[in-house]
Amino acid sequence: MIIPKLAFRNLIGNGAKTWLNALVLSFSFVAIIWGQSLFEGMDKEMSKVTIDQEAGGGQYWAGTYDPYDPTTIEDAPEIIPAELAADAAAGKAAPVLIVPGTIYPKGRMVAIALKGVDPGQSVLKLPFDRLRRNGGDIPGLIGVRMAKNAGLAKGDIVTVRWRDKAGTFDAADIEIVDVFQSQVQTVDTGQIWVPLDDLQKMTGRTSRATIVTVPEGTGPKTYAGWAFQNHEVLLKDIKSFVQAKSLGFSIFYITLMAMALLAIFNTQILSIWHRRREIGTLIALGMPRGKVIGLFTLEGSLLSVLAAAVGAIYGLPLLIYMAKHGWVLPADQADSFGLALNQALYPAYSLGLVMMTILLVLAATTVVSFLPTRKIVTLKPTDALKGKWS
Amino acid sequence: MNTNALIKTVNLTKIYPSGEQPITALRDVNLVFGAGEFAGLVGPSGSGKTTLLNIIGSLDMPTSGSVEVLGEKVEMLSHKKAARLRNRHIGFIFQTFNLLPVYTVFENVEFPLLLLGMAATDRRKAVREALAWVGLGDREHSRPAQLSGGQSQRVAIARAVVKKPGLVLADEPTANLDAENSHHILQTMETINRDLGTTFLFSTHDAKVIQHLRRKITLIDGRVADDERVPA
Repeated sequence: MIIPKLAFRNLIGNGAKTWLNALVLSFSFVAIIWGQSLFEGMDKEMSKVTIDQEAGGGQYWAGTYDPYDPTTIEDAPEIIPAELAADAAAGKAAPVLIVPGTIYPKGRMVAIALKGVDPGQSVLKLPFDRLRRNGGDIPGLIGVRMAKNAGLAKGDIVTVRWRDKAGTFDAADIEIVDVFQSQVQTVDTGQIWVPLDDLQKMTGRTSRATIVTVPEGTGPKTYAGWAFQNHEVLLKDIKSFVQAKSLGFSIFYITLMAMALLAIFNTQILSIWHRRREIGTLIALGMPRGKVIGLFTLEGSLLSVLAAAVGAIYGLPLLIYMAKHGWVLPADQADSFGLALNQALYPAYSLGLVMMTILLVLAATTVVSFLPTRKIVTLKPTDALKGKWS
Repeated sequence: MNTNALIKTVNLTKIYPSGEQPITALRDVNLVFGAGEFAGLVGPSGSGKTTLLNIIGSLDMPTSGSVEVLGEKVEMLSHKKAARLRNRHIGFIFQTFNLLPVYTVFENVEFPLLLLGMAATDRRKAVREALAWVGLGDREHSRPAQLSGGQSQRVAIARAVVKKPGLVLADEPTANLDAENSHHILQTMETINRDLGTTFLFSTHDAKVIQHLRRKITLIDGRVADDERVPA
């Protein structure tokens, strides 16, 4: 226990130099925890809302359906397997039929996807109950982005044209019954939601769907002609986005940490140089060289402990404030990423993140503290006592 | 053979490599010191006093010959064993005091006991006792920067004797002190030597120190030129 005790004494005895190094290093602590928690929060929030409104507990994709290949959409729909149809009837699954179409708002031609969904489903948390028919035109539900891009509003009637199963063009009017707000762009942009029954009848695709979304906790099953897609596939874009952003941000805190580590390295070299007489004295008093090296290394490493304490003083209030109020993105910034970003990003702190950060900084500090101390091994105590460097 | 020998050097030679012309600091030094001696190595600068002291203190190694300190052959000791020998049995007093600057007087004196792993209560008692010997009981919270040269050297003496070692090696202990402080310090060391039976071995060319020695070994060009015992 003597080494930690002495190291702490020496560190505190170094006064302002110690606190300055600890302050610089604490910036890395706070930046890493804040940055990583922000991305962790972003990931959680985007994943949650995407699961709620689109991915559910996974999706069965029909036939050749590939959301990234529009040519597969037309021919993809398959008969909904009986078990899934029964689940859908019980509200435990949400079949969605996707059909390419065209609308003509205010004389313009806009390519869209018509998405048929059961208004009574309870898997997806979107206001699909507004699609319940009360006679008249086919009800249509759109998101705010779609409304904005197409210049549509609640109560508008828009003509939609599509091709049925046989390839024949057909058209009908759709009444926009409501406009919903969602941060998930893939349930909003370029699409109109209509009742599943209507779309199946309109396109001659009775009992067919393109995807069937199941609630969370539903294990994957095998149905002929259908492929189950789990979160790994459905949330892949979100994970990739967060990873890319996180990587970009890491440059910021790596730079901060490099500055702090350079300062510690420099301090260690200067410290060993200035304190060579002290090193000689320690050896003369009977301290083994290994312990002298341990002492100097620990002095540097303890800086990270002080830095954590300093960081906590100003970082905790900041991080708590961020958790409460979030980091508000500039207007329309959230949409520009093309993903389910909220207007404010809320960091998500975890014990694992804090512990990992402390371990990372501690390890890096220990390495840069140790490197200069290797010189002590070659130092002759008789020279060191005279203040010479052998 | 002197079986009570605390230190025994046999044909001790130390040569420092220095370009084409190596420097011979010690040549065939044969000396024996017993327990409780108050002896000094005297001689001009460069005569090998400090080198001999360093080798006896296991801070340096002989080029040839042998040095036995408290039954340990210095030339055979590993770094770790040499550190243990110094830690347990040898106290050092340096010309420039060499106090640890960020520690208080108490902590400086306590340091060798920390290395020994002594319990806190025993440490406190031993440190206060050592500070009382050197008359600095009231300065235990001071830092080295707040002390005069004489006070600093007294702290160094307290640090050297706090663990009650068998041997204290003092390299020019009065070189940076005025006459009054030198006198006080030598008196302190004589008292400790008498009361605790600690062997003191000085390296000095200070006449004030030489007056107090009970054995005077004169080194010239690394050889023992004279070994004189002063009657009490």
